[in-house]
Parts: sequence; C-alpha cells; structure tokens
Amino acid sequence: MSDKIKVVIDGHDLDVDKGTTILDAAKSVGVRIPTLCHHEDLCVAGNCRVCVVEVEGRKTLIAACAAPVEEGMQIKTTTPKVRRARTDIMSLLVSEHNTQCTTCYRSTNCELQDLAAEYNVDSERYLSVLKPGIEVDKSSFSIEKDDSKCVRCQRCVRTCAELQHVNAITVSHKGKDMKISTFMDLPMNDVVCVNCGQCVTHCPTGALTERRYYHEIWEAIGDPDKHVVINTAPSVRVALGEMLGYPAGTRVTGQMVTSLKKIGFDSVLDTDFTADLTIIEEGHEFLERVTKALKHGEKVALPMITSCSPGWVKFIEHMYPDHLDHLSTCKSPQQMFGALTKTFYAEKIGVDPEKIVSVAAMPCAAKKYEANRPEMNDSGYQDVDAGLTTREIGHMVKQAGLDFINLPNTPYDSYMGESSGAAVIFGATGGVMEAALRTVYEVVTGREVPFKNLNIEPARGLQGIKEAAIKLENVLPAFDFLEGVEVKVAIAHGLKNARTIMEQIKKGESPYHFIEIMACPGGCIGGGGQPIPTTDEIRKKRIEAIYAEDEGMPIRKSHEVPEIAKIYEEFLEKPLGHKSHELLHTHYVKRNRY
Amino acid sequence: MDKLKRVDIIFGAYTAEKYKVLEATMKKSSEEIIEEMIESGLKGRGGAGFLTGLKWKFTAGEADPERYVVCNADEGEPGTFKDREILTTVPRKVFSGMAICAKAIGAKKGFMYLRGEYRYLLPDLHKELDIFNEHLKRFGLDFDVEIRMGSGAYICGEESALFESIEGKRGEPRNKPPYPTVAGVFSKPTVINNVETFVNAMMIMKYGAHEFKKLGTDDSRGSKLFSVSGDTPKPGIYELELGMTVEDFVNEFGDGDTKAVQVGGAAGFCVPRKKFKDTIIGFEGVPTGGSMMIFNSSRSMYNVLHNYIDFFEEESCGQCTPCRVGCQQLMKGIEAVKRGEKQSGYLKQLLNLSDTMKITSKCGLGQSVANSFSSIVENFKEEMIY
Repeated sequence: MSDKIKVVIDGHDLDVDKGTTILDAAKSVGVRIPTLCHHEDLCVAGNCRVCVVEVEGRKTLIAACAAPVEEGMQIKTTTPKVRRARTDIMSLLVSEHNTQCTTCYRSTNCELQDLAAEYNVDSERYLSVLKPGIEVDKSSFSIEKDDSKCVRCQRCVRTCAELQHVNAITVSHKGKDMKISTFMDLPMNDVVCVNCGQCVTHCPTGALTERRYYHEIWEAIGDPDKHVVINTAPSVRVALGEMLGYPAGTRVTGQMVTSLKKIGFDSVLDTDFTADLTIIEEGHEFLERVTKALKHGEKVALPMITSCSPGWVKFIEHMYPDHLDHLSTCKSPQQMFGALTKTFYAEKIGVDPEKIVSVAAMPCAAKKYEANRPEMNDSGYQDVDAGLTTREIGHMVKQAGLDFINLPNTPYDSYMGESSGAAVIFGATGGVMEAALRTVYEVVTGREVPFKNLNIEPARGLQGIKEAAIKLENVLPAFDFLEGVEVKVAIAHGLKNARTIMEQIKKGESPYHFIEIMACPGGCIGGGGQPIPTTDEIRKKRIEAIYAEDEGMPIRKSHEVPEIAKIYEEFLEKPLGHKSHELLHTHYVKRNRY
Repeated sequence: MDKLKRVDIIFGAYTAEKYKVLEATMKKSSEEIIEEMIESGLKGRGGAGFLTGLKWKFTAGEADPERYVVCNADEGEPGTFKDREILTTVPRKVFSGMAICAKAIGAKKGFMYLRGEYRYLLPDLHKELDIFNEHLKRFGLDFDVEIRMGSGAYICGEESALFESIEGKRGEPRNKPPYPTVAGVFSKPTVINNVETFVNAMMIMKYGAHEFKKLGTDDSRGSKLFSVSGDTPKPGIYELELGMTVEDFVNEFGDGDTKAVQVGGAAGFCVPRKKFKDTIIGFEGVPTGGSMMIFNSSRSMYNVLHNYIDFFEEESCGQCTPCRVGCQQLMKGIEAVKRGEKQSGYLKQLLNLSDTMKITSKCGLGQSVANSFSSIVENFKEEMIY
C-alpha cells in the first residue's frame, strides 16, 4: 500500500503523506486556511472550528486542523457554505468576547481581531453573552489573566501541560460556564504557576498577558531625583526588531541602546556583563563541587544544574523540592546585575543607591517574579526594581515616537557594559553550557576547548535534550585528579524535558556532571516575554542571530573580559569569595504543588 | 393494541437452563458470530444507528491485539429510562452480550460505564457479575468486566468523551477520525454499544438472525424499547416492533389531546400533530434511542424548547465554539424574541445558527441541538413569538 494519498484542494491535485492534516496539505500548495486554536508547538485540539472546510460527499464540514487527508478527498476551502459557517463561528466568538480592543494590550497583535476583520464580522449579529463582572486576575507578579478576553482555545492549557508539564491552568466547569481556571480557582500567584509566560506567548488574544511595569518606569524616568539604569538581556537584542518592523532574526543591539537612551534611561548597560560573571562564579562552583567529590570523596550534589532561568527554578522548587541542592547557588544574571547596580555601580558613579531605579529588559515573564522574590535584596534595597519584557520595551519605543529603523547604533555605557560572546549565547538553549565549558576547560587544562572556532556544536540546536562529553587530558597540576575524566553534560529546554532530566536524578540514574536547564523551548530567545508569535522557525532565526552576535564579538570567553577582571580586583576579590557569596549567590525555597 | 406489536424479547424470561445461549455461542468462531450479527441488520440502540455487526467486524479486523468492549450505560438522554430497567431486571443478558462481543473481537477486558445516578444498582450488578465471571471461566473465555461510574455529565454518554472519562480525564469528545473501532478507550480498538444493543446481540445468538429480521422494516430491523413519558395515561417502558408511525404510537399512548411528540429526547425531533401520519419511528424517519415524550395542548412549546436549550447550555462540554456559544445564543435569542426585544425575523437567523451548529460542531451533542430547535421553532413559530 502506498503511503501517499491523492487529494484535490481547491482545484490543486496533490500527493501527500498519509497522516497529513488537511490544513498542512493545503498549506503545501499555498492555500491558507484560517485557524485560532491551532498552534504548531501544540497537539491538535480542533475546538475553535474556524478552520472548517467542505469535503465532497460529507454532510458536515470538517475541521482542517484535526482531520487527516483520505484518499480521493475533494476539498474546498472557500465555498459559500464554508464562508458562512466561518463567519458565523467568528461572530459567536466575538459575542462572548470583551471587544474593547482599543484599550487592549494585544490590539494589532491579536489573532481574533485579525480574523474578525478579515471576515468583516458583524458584531451586532448576535447578542452579547460576555459574562458580566469578570475581574482581571492581577495577583501574579508576572502574568495577568483576563477571562473576558478568553476564546477557550485551550492553547494555554496545552502549553502548560504539554510543553511545560506544570498544569497550573486547566479547563474547569462545562457548557456556558466552561473556563480556563487554576486549581480550586485560586489566584495565579497561589498556584503552581512558574511564571514562564509560555501561555502568554501562545495566547491568541489578550486573555493572558504579562503584568506591565512600564508605566512606573516612565514615571521614574521623568523624576529628576531618580537615576534609572537598564540592563538588556542577550535575547532582547535579537528579537526586539520583530516588534519594530524588522524580520525575525535581525540583530538590533546598537539601535536598541540608542532607543533606550532616547527614552531617557540614565544608563544603558548589558546583562551580558553579569552573564560572564555567572560563568566565572558558576564555573568555579562546579569545579569546587567536582573537587570535593572526586578529590576529597565528600558527598556533594552532582550533577550541578544551572539556575539562570527563574521559571525553571520555581519549577524545581515546586516539583522536586528534595533536590534543590543540585541547583547552582548562583543568582541569575539579572539578579547579580541588580545587586551590583545598587552597590558597586552606585559607588562607582557616586549616586545614592536609594535613588537608583534598577530595570532589566528581559525576554522573560518569570524575571518579573524573580525581581520580587523576598530574598532578592542583598544590596540593602530591592535589587531589581522591575523586569520588563521585550514586548514592553517595544511598546516603550513606540510610545516614545522613535523611528527605530533609522536610529544610529550606540555602544553600551560603562561600568558593567562590557562582555564576551560567551555571554550573548546565554540566550539560546545550550549557550550557558557552551560558555561554561569555554571557561572551565581552559581553567583546568590551560588550553582552549577543542572545538573549531570555539563553537561547541553538540550544545546547539533545538533538540529537546542534548548531551555532550569532553575528556580532560593533560590537565594543569592543580587539577590532576581530573586527568582522564570524561565530563558529561546535558542541556534541556522546555520544562517537559527538564522533568525527564529530573526523573533521572531522582532515581539516581543521572549520568551527568553538569546540566543546563532553561524553562522555555529554545531557551531565552523563546522566552515568555518575547514578541508574539514564537514558533520553531522564528526560534531558529533568533538563535542564528545569537550565534552571529557571538562570532562578531572581539572577546569570546567570559574570563577574558577586562571589566570582569577589574570588578574582582576592585570589588569582589575572588570567585566564590565572601562578597560574591553575599551579593551573587542565593538560596532556594521548598514549595508544595498545592 | 392492534397496529402496535408488543414483543417481549428484552425482558423475556430466562431460559430454564441458565447460560445455555452463552455456552453455545462460545463454541462459535469469531467470524460466525460477526456474520450472524451483520445478517441480523441490528443497528445500535443508542440512537445513532450504526450497524452493530459492522462495528464488531471493523474492530476485529484491527492489527492491535489489545481490544476493549465498552457498554454505554450512561443513559442520560432526557426522557429515557429503559437501560435502568434492563440493568435492574436482566443484567445477565447485558454481560452475556458483552462476552459475546469479546469473543467476536478478541477482547480480554470490558468496561461498563454506568450513569452516576444509577450508583444504587452497583451492589446487585457486582453480585451478578461475580456469578457471571464464574460461568465465563467454565466456558474458557478470558474476559472480565469492570464497572466504572459516571459523574453526572450528559456529554460522557458521547462515546469518545466516555473513553476520556474512563481514562480518568475530563469528559470531552475527541476529534474523529480516528473512530473507536481503530482507537477507542486507551487508544485501542474498541467496540462501544448501548446496553440494549448488547441484549439484542445475545437475543440474536439465541433466536438467530432470521428470527430477528422478521421484525421491523428494511431500515429498522427488530424491536426496540421505548421509554414513554409526558401526557400519557400509561407512562412506562414498552418493547415495540420498529416501523410504526407516530400516529400509531399516539393512538396507543396519547391522551386524546396530543399536540406533539418529542422523539429521541432533547437531542431528537419534535413531531407536530400534522405530521403524525407520515412520520415513521425508525431510521427511515425519526430515529430514537427510546425517549418518547408526549405533549398535549396544555403545554407551551416555548417552555419545552426553553427547557431543552437550558439543558444543552449546561451540558455542552464547552470546548467547541458552535456548541458552547451557539447554545447560549439560541437561549438568549428565543428569550429576546419572546420579550419582543428582537423581531420575529430573528428566529430565522437563529435557525441559520442551528444549521451552522449542525455542520460545524465537534461531536453529536452540538450537531443535534438543531434537531429539536428547528423542529420546534419551525412547527410552533407562533408559540415562540406570542
């Protein structure tokens, strides 16, 4: 039996693989069928019914996203019957929707709005069945949930379950009362939600958005008594352009810095600086653990796992509270930056830290929550006053009326504006591991990592779990106990994959020494604060841009950055030293699932 | 009762020698059983009317050796109560039907999905099942039945939602294909039949397809249980030969003032007096899972419809747009017309909406709302407006 199936779609004869959906078959010949509940990252739902098409001989219309093609199908996608049904369905969706589009954060970037406009839906066709009195859940530091804008497509539910294995939100009630809810309908900050924001980037409408802080930041900028500092994460520079007229994968680092200066930030610094610092601290922490384990036979928690991703950190706190000792004690680059901004930086520029407003531009929703963790005040103040998403930065640039595309490039300010290519790649899955290996290998052997052009290819790419091993040979005398040891590392992104890694650890079967875990698929470039949409195609483009940025940097290794050497010399003294522990390291909290 | 033929197959007395039919059937081959079932022309008694024998054949023909038999005892359609009676008085016949099916398709495990409100039947059913299992061992059939309780959701009577429920998930219908014969419960090939269908299967094994075929019409073979309720002097459960007209039925069960009969429950069709004569109860006319609600002229058909839509508005699972929002719109719409807030012409738009629901909803629930809606609105338009 042939695995190819012959079908006709709108007059196109085509041979497609068995199991292909009508939607994908149509796409292959350039026939676009509208969708709403469909998302390529997720399993098929088939519940919005917007994608219905007519198949000859069938009494009912067929949902193209859910139906596989069958031999000889004659498919028509734009018959009057189909158009009438689609328009009717969209009218129904609009009738239960809060259609105050003018004041919606997702206006002009909303799939329902686009479709309703495309089909010129008449909002008067049906009576409104929007439930009165729906309140926006603003309890979370990271995510706002507005059920009045929910179309019940369940993309968020599938994201939370399939991609992230968190299950913080799910469907409750039935019929007209059916809604997306949390455990016992508790507010979002009281449930297992890890604030990764993947539900936000997968939401087609404004039902799930990040909690915005830019109004407060605008106020601070306008206050002459405040010194407002912003640092920008690696992934922001390769994605911000998507909101401002550039195609995906465009690097806009210099223009972004210019725009932030024009907006009025007193200083624009680079989170990459503390990414490099993380590598130094985390690299030494790793070596310390390995030394204890292999040289002194002490019991230490290995594998060690990275702690840069606050969504991942909250995940392990909820799901594997007995394994927190595997987490590196290093703060994330954002939090290191915050702690240093109100100490080292304040001292350097001679400003009272109380007057400093420390802002982080992040590809992330969880960073907002992280900034508000109660223990994050080692500088004596809240270390980071606000985390803004890439989307919020995009909105600020628009609000400032800047002609982004025509802005010149500007370098980052100092101090804490200098960094290496190793720091930039933090944005892509595998990047932290690659950066760490570039430094750790050299510390142990005195030689560069044995990969062409320093590019550790096994750590790269979108595979869910990646593995690599490097054999340590001819090591420096201080590390003689590592001679011949094969260091095994793993990289996971998306919390589904994190769970696989953690189950291995739980069973005592983990073969690794060092593991990088990022909460979001693709790493930070696919973060919950990134421009919408995010798909694998877009993730790949952002990743390419990240590696291109790395290749273009004069310094490619964290330990070679002069400002890093200087901050140890002038302020921190030494890696894992007293001051480092005070400002750059943290502890974790055991949490319950319910 | 001249035109209506009362039969007594389902509840008929057990044969003197218990389990004789089952014992004899176990000696038949899978092919022989399926052949006999197809030959009988038995269509599923849940109301959808798929040929039972064919369903069994498809499942038997699947490559995956792990198969399941599921008995749909979720009896949730408003106005039907026949399965409860079967399970109360002749449960052994149901289990026997399931075992026959298991033999035919090669299943080792069966589930009975019992309506939540029928929990009180559990002790007796388990008692019967224990005895039954002993006999099965005697016949050498490796098969056992587990009873799973529903929790009150109407939608869980929809086969794929029922599977989800058995699997411990939220009861929501799945996309089809794949159909249950290919991927049913636990995504394995599954035969799912109504309680009455399994009893019929057993009776076909007992009397033979040729006897079964003597009853009914070409499209609707055999006899069927009817749950008669409403404005009737003799409500109850009746086993009648298929093929009668609504007029025959009303003459027997009506109170002399019958205005309409709702055939097939809330998801069924409303037949008005003027159509009694020409409407056959069966797959050639109006199919039914057994629910027959009789309304006399004292009843407001607006209230009847309002009640049905109220039911669907609650019992839709809510996942697909046309059903979730459509039901709410139908409700709001008829209320608005009744109150004079919308012109009577709005009913036409609501009828169009019910058509959209019929052709775009994900499962049978949303698709069948239009049945009662259009048949009531079209036939009793004045009652909707004034």
